Amino acid sequence: MYGKGFSQHLLKTISNLNIGVREGEILAVAGSSGSGKSLLAHAALGILPKNAVIEGGMAWRGAPLDAALHKRLRGREIALVPQSVAYLDPLIRVGRQISNDSQTVGRLFARYHLKPGTEKLFPHELSGGMTRRVMICAALAGGPKLVIADEPTPGLTPHLAEHAMRHFREIADGGAGVILITHDIDLAVRHADRIAVLYAGTAAEVADASDFADAALLRHPYSKALWAAMPQNGFVAAAGAQPYAGELPPGCLYAPRCPECSPECMAAPPQPRSVRGGEVSCCNAH
Amino acid sequence: MANLKSVTIYILRGLTLLLAVSLLSFVLASASPISPETRYRLSHPGVSDENVEKMREYWGIDEPPAERYLGWLDGILRGEWGTSTSYRQPVLDVIGVRFKASLALMMSAWALSGIFGFSAGCFMAVFRDRWPDRIVRRICLFMCSIPTFWIGLVFLAVFAAALGWFPFGLAAPPGVPPEAVTLGQRIHHLILPALTLSFLSFANLALHTREKLADVYASDYVLFARARGEGEARILFRHGIRNAMIPAVVMQFGSFAELFGGSVFAETIFSYPGLGAAAAAAGTGASDIPLFLGIVMFSSCFVFIGNLIANILTQAIDPRTREGAAA
Repeated sequence: MYGKGFSQHLLKTISNLNIGVREGEILAVAGSSGSGKSLLAHAALGILPKNAVIEGGMAWRGAPLDAALHKRLRGREIALVPQSVAYLDPLIRVGRQISNDSQTVGRLFARYHLKPGTEKLFPHELSGGMTRRVMICAALAGGPKLVIADEPTPGLTPHLAEHAMRHFREIADGGAGVILITHDIDLAVRHADRIAVLYAGTAAEVADASDFADAALLRHPYSKALWAAMPQNGFVAAAGAQPYAGELPPGCLYAPRCPECSPECMAAPPQPRSVRGGEVSCCNAH
Repeated sequence: MANLKSVTIYILRGLTLLLAVSLLSFVLASASPISPETRYRLSHPGVSDENVEKMREYWGIDEPPAERYLGWLDGILRGEWGTSTSYRQPVLDVIGVRFKASLALMMSAWALSGIFGFSAGCFMAVFRDRWPDRIVRRICLFMCSIPTFWIGLVFLAVFAAALGWFPFGLAAPPGVPPEAVTLGQRIHHLILPALTLSFLSFANLALHTREKLADVYASDYVLFARARGEGEARILFRHGIRNAMIPAVVMQFGSFAELFGGSVFAETIFSYPGLGAAAAAAGTGASDIPLFLGIVMFSSCFVFIGNLIANILTQAIDPRTREGAAA
């Protein structure tokens, strides 16, 4: 991106991130704005812009996930659930945007209780609730093994959000892996199997959703701070703010805000390790 | 397609517009400092006062303005647009002959700028922010800032005078009877004025199309199309071109006014016997008020039809602009 004037520089928006999703589970990727959630989704789909620099590797069922494999999987085995009606072309009838095969469209629409004739509507003619279901149909048309939902709930009433989450649970029960990208930790705790907590582009902790029942079960100080910030757990916000990707500290990214920070935390970024069945990137976790 | 109701509304709006244009142009022509009487005395030196009095009566100059206006409007509605004082022919006949020549010029310029402008815009958007885009965009911005009359003179100087590739104006070789002029000769005479006339709108359309298509490429629906595995070519043809057509169609059909205005310059420079040149002559030296008002009314209709087509086509392309569509 551009810095002062026209000098271009590289932003390290995601680093030291190591997560995996299994068949039949919902993995929530939770984090605040700017923690790299959407970039992660785009990277998983292989649709990052051309000027993005990608290091490290991704694997798909044991095979390295490179550009050629991405091209084969995208839209078929790996699918994105669009966020809003803006993800549909305003000039094309929704049926044709979901699949060229009208039988597939009919089958999906029936399953999600969309009236016959809905496929003939244009995106602007859909109601909010219809849009939500059409989006899910759009993701499922290719029969995916991995569904990535990028912030599927903002703007929905709690009732509709619960409804949408039930759809994702159904998809997972059908054998697909679901990556649920959200900033709503509460929603993640209630509906996901595992939760990856993102902080400044790094996975602070990957834990079972049930670990969020009690702060003592959590491993990373940031997850504990998130837990404490939930209304039912005291509603306490941690001091400070997530560092900007252009000004990352040299050691642990959470060190400047961490109550348990030790000198070694400042020296080098902690490597992810297993602690009590979860993955955590913290020197002091136990 | 556009529904009947909205087309009816457009046409009603057009009729009131034409009525307003007729009133305004009539008032302006009446307020001209050169009255028909002074004009007549200037062109007929030594005319007797008695004859002038007869002309005043013949033209109805002493009648109240409202009566004169209504009389003229009545004629317009009945298809009697009066007699051109410079051609000594009915105004409608003059417009008919002249418009045929102009139509060839305007439509070829219009098609040239439409096809090449839209293509250049798509080209820039596909290569957005890379060097092909930067080069073509600079050329377009340069073309945008060149006035029509100036580029016409440059074309004449370079391609007609210096290189001799094209004739020096007119619509056909001089001295050849109209029925003996070949199509090839007509086209040969048409090329330079058509290029001149398409110059400005080409660059305008190309730049607008580039911006719209660049927006489409940055849109969420193109992101989602990529996520679904659609390739670059499919994204351009399925999503890009259709969405970029909306402003292009509005601009191209809405540019009939600029096209007509530009044809006044282009036809005058190339001595091309079209409606634009006739309008310029009728409005300046010849003071041919009946012809001039006739051309004003005719060109208003022309511009209105362009806008009407733009509205209908926009509704056909963009479902969001259709009224009363099923919710």
